[in-house]
Amino acid sequence: MLAKEGVATLEQVQSRFPNHEILARPKAIIECYENIPCNPCSTSCPFEAITIGEDINNKPEVNFDKCTGCGVCVYNCPGLAIMVCEVSGDKLRFKISYEFLPYPVEGEIWNAINRKGEVIGDALIEKITLTKRQDRTALVQVLVDQDYLYDFVTIRRKI
Amino acid sequence: MINKDLVIIGGGPAGLCAAKMAAEAGQSCLLIDRNRTLGGQLIKQTHMFFGSEKQFAKTRGIDIANKLVEDVRKHPDLIEIWDDATVVGLYQDKVITVLKNELYIKVQSKAVIISTGASEKVLAFENNDLPGIYGAGAVQTLMNVYGVKPGSRIVMVGSGNIGLIVSYQLMQAGVRVLSIIEASPKIGGYKVHASKIRRLGIDIVTSCTIKKAIGTEAVEKIVTVKLDEKWNEVPGSEKEYEVDAVCIAVGLTPLTNLQSMIGSEMKYISELGGLVPVIYPNHETSIENIFSCGDASGIEEASSAIVEGYITGLLASKKLGNVHPRYDELMDEYNTQLNNLRNGPFGDKILNGLKKQGA
Repeated sequence: MLAKEGVATLEQVQSRFPNHEILARPKAIIECYENIPCNPCSTSCPFEAITIGEDINNKPEVNFDKCTGCGVCVYNCPGLAIMVCEVSGDKLRFKISYEFLPYPVEGEIWNAINRKGEVIGDALIEKITLTKRQDRTALVQVLVDQDYLYDFVTIRRKI
Repeated sequence: MINKDLVIIGGGPAGLCAAKMAAEAGQSCLLIDRNRTLGGQLIKQTHMFFGSEKQFAKTRGIDIANKLVEDVRKHPDLIEIWDDATVVGLYQDKVITVLKNELYIKVQSKAVIISTGASEKVLAFENNDLPGIYGAGAVQTLMNVYGVKPGSRIVMVGSGNIGLIVSYQLMQAGVRVLSIIEASPKIGGYKVHASKIRRLGIDIVTSCTIKKAIGTEAVEKIVTVKLDEKWNEVPGSEKEYEVDAVCIAVGLTPLTNLQSMIGSEMKYISELGGLVPVIYPNHETSIENIFSCGDASGIEEASSAIVEGYITGLLASKKLGNVHPRYDELMDEYNTQLNNLRNGPFGDKILNGLKKQGA
């Protein structure tokens, strides 16, 4: 699936998530399934929660005890392969990277999109940040239905 | 005739980094580039780079170019820059001929670093010369350097990192990418790039190639066809796309005309992108004092070209009698970085190629 279509399997996706109790606080979900020479997630983490090690071809490991879900790694990942996920009541709160114009505006409802690029439901835009240190990659915080835990990956403007 | 001790041909990442190291070693040099802007292909790269921070990972290519050019401009006394100047000849007595401002200039050098980069591979299919059929480099130049949309409906041919990244950039520019087709049974580039594309709703079709383009004044349609395990066309699997542009991203091949012209020993090594110069341990070609680095001696990522440039700059200036004050320490550091970059599964191919390339 991933090698032929660029879509991770459900097993792959699930392997990146901690359990529900841990997700009561926001945590980084890193979908880096390949050994590629890259380590900015690890070096940018302010809490030393992501380990790659000496060999930058290693896959990143998240220490969920240390991860605060701040989202710094999300916009520092050159592969845009990281998001932050939090269970909030019967909803899910995600922080994702977004690099398309026009940017979403707080309060708007956009489409929630899965890994195949299909519309799965609605996403409420809660917040968008774009500071200088984010270097033109916006961080968008959205609220989606709890059923989309392993499906939601990005947003698209409704047309 | 102008006399210069060290001439660096090509001001992309490898050439810029070689010039920086030479200057730090106290070695003067002349850096020649045929474009008006130094930085090579980096000036078209709007995405964040991989690697470690030592090679500017997570920095956008365009900003890496600025940083490397800034480093070089810190040494105006030692690095002379000729931009918009094309090297048209390199001869065995190390005379270089340059076309600059419509003048034909001869430069007598003692040592040369060839860092001319790469050219794009082309694909043979019916009507592949119709207007609207571009290489990925041209698409990036139009879009990211000049702000011109190359089309409105496009099919990308090739799923290596360039094909995937340029597809993403096309979508950012508001161009509709209908599909990415890939002749091999697997996606060529990093899967994180592929996933980035898929979530935008663009299909990546493997085992598929372009059969022909159709159009009178410009491309209007293309026909694709599926390939079986033996890379033969599957009859009846043709599919038509209405397009006004096609982007060909089927790989790069080293630009080695100058190495060939001066008569350095060459080898065909598919892992390195085609015909490459044989490289001796101190990064020289088979001709003494003719060095080669970056994509011009084998296709790799820009991060590797940067580090190879630093190494070659150190070696060439040492050969000319100017040893960098931190030579040993820097050589160790850069060799470690190169090994690290080539250590993963994507580096295996490169390492195989380099084994064949070494003299």
